[in-house]
Amino acid sequence: MHELSIVSSIVDTVTESLAAYPGTHVKEVRLRVGVLAAVVEDSLQFCYGIVTEGTPLAGSVLVVKTLPVKAHCAPCSREVELAGIMSMRCPRCGTPATQLLQGRELEIEAIEIEEPEGIA
Amino acid sequence: MTTRIVELRRGILKKNDELAAGLRQRFAAAGVLVLNLVSSPGTGKTSFLERTLRELHTAGAKAAALVGDLETDNDAQRLATSGAPVRQINTHGICHLEAEMVGRHLDGWDLAALDYLFIENVGNLVCPSSYDLGEKIRVVLLSVTEGEDKPLKYPSLFNSADAAVITKIDLAEPCGFNREAALHNIHEIRPGIRIFETSAKTGTGLAEWYAYLAEVRSRNDQH
Repeated sequence: MHELSIVSSIVDTVTESLAAYPGTHVKEVRLRVGVLAAVVEDSLQFCYGIVTEGTPLAGSVLVVKTLPVKAHCAPCSREVELAGIMSMRCPRCGTPATQLLQGRELEIEAIEIEEPEGIA
Repeated sequence: MTTRIVELRRGILKKNDELAAGLRQRFAAAGVLVLNLVSSPGTGKTSFLERTLRELHTAGAKAAALVGDLETDNDAQRLATSGAPVRQINTHGICHLEAEMVGRHLDGWDLAALDYLFIENVGNLVCPSSYDLGEKIRVVLLSVTEGEDKPLKYPSLFNSADAAVITKIDLAEPCGFNREAALHNIHEIRPGIRIFETSAKTGTGLAEWYAYLAEVRSRNDQH
């Protein structure tokens, strides 16, 4: 259940970045989460409503984009997308995938904010 | 009201990652090899570490340990009988160690005088995988009593490990442990990983483990 600390970090990071946009209201927070990041979306969503209460993120929507594992396959000499995380093998040739290019991401991609009219 | 999108592109655990990067530099400068030991509760991390610390100590190596638990300093007391400097980190409910906790517990230790620093993480196969502690080597431990499919159930952690240790190998037979299946599953999730089959009770496999530690340490010195 480290989703709680992850959501707390999200709230801190977004709140910090709002300093540059005074008077705004957060509508949406978009995450990029790799399938190897060990984070469960349901738990994130559950914690999000609780942790954001009383913060500038209250009432905003959390959108989680899940990223599959991508690896560089040497024999195929190309980037491949793995079918899942139960077997780290190239789906084309079956070679074990040791060079991962994507799958551990845990980041805030963007936020959607609502600004009062007249403020540039 | 106008709506707009602000690109942030910020790592959610950036604060931990930055602290961990700082620790990693500090450890490298001090020439100490740091290992993060991760497993379920009950795998035998403490017994494994207790024997490792004792035998490294006997062999003249200088090793220390930080041990994470939610509460109690029972493990630190156990490990301290090895003669190695040991400190307990109590997380008070947090299910994993973070870089900040590790940094805070290093005060007063002369890292340059150490050859090895072992960090025994909180028993948990999920959460510790997201938190870099500045270690050089992440070791995942799995006991023969846990079932051969554990790597498949917790792929994130197994995939993030640099070495795997199978513990309680002396119980393999009574437990009906399927060694081939276990090795296969570990390799399936983390291709090419080094695997040690050990018993902290009988000492099986520990010579290979110590040889690996020395080998990584000498590699560490060279860079």
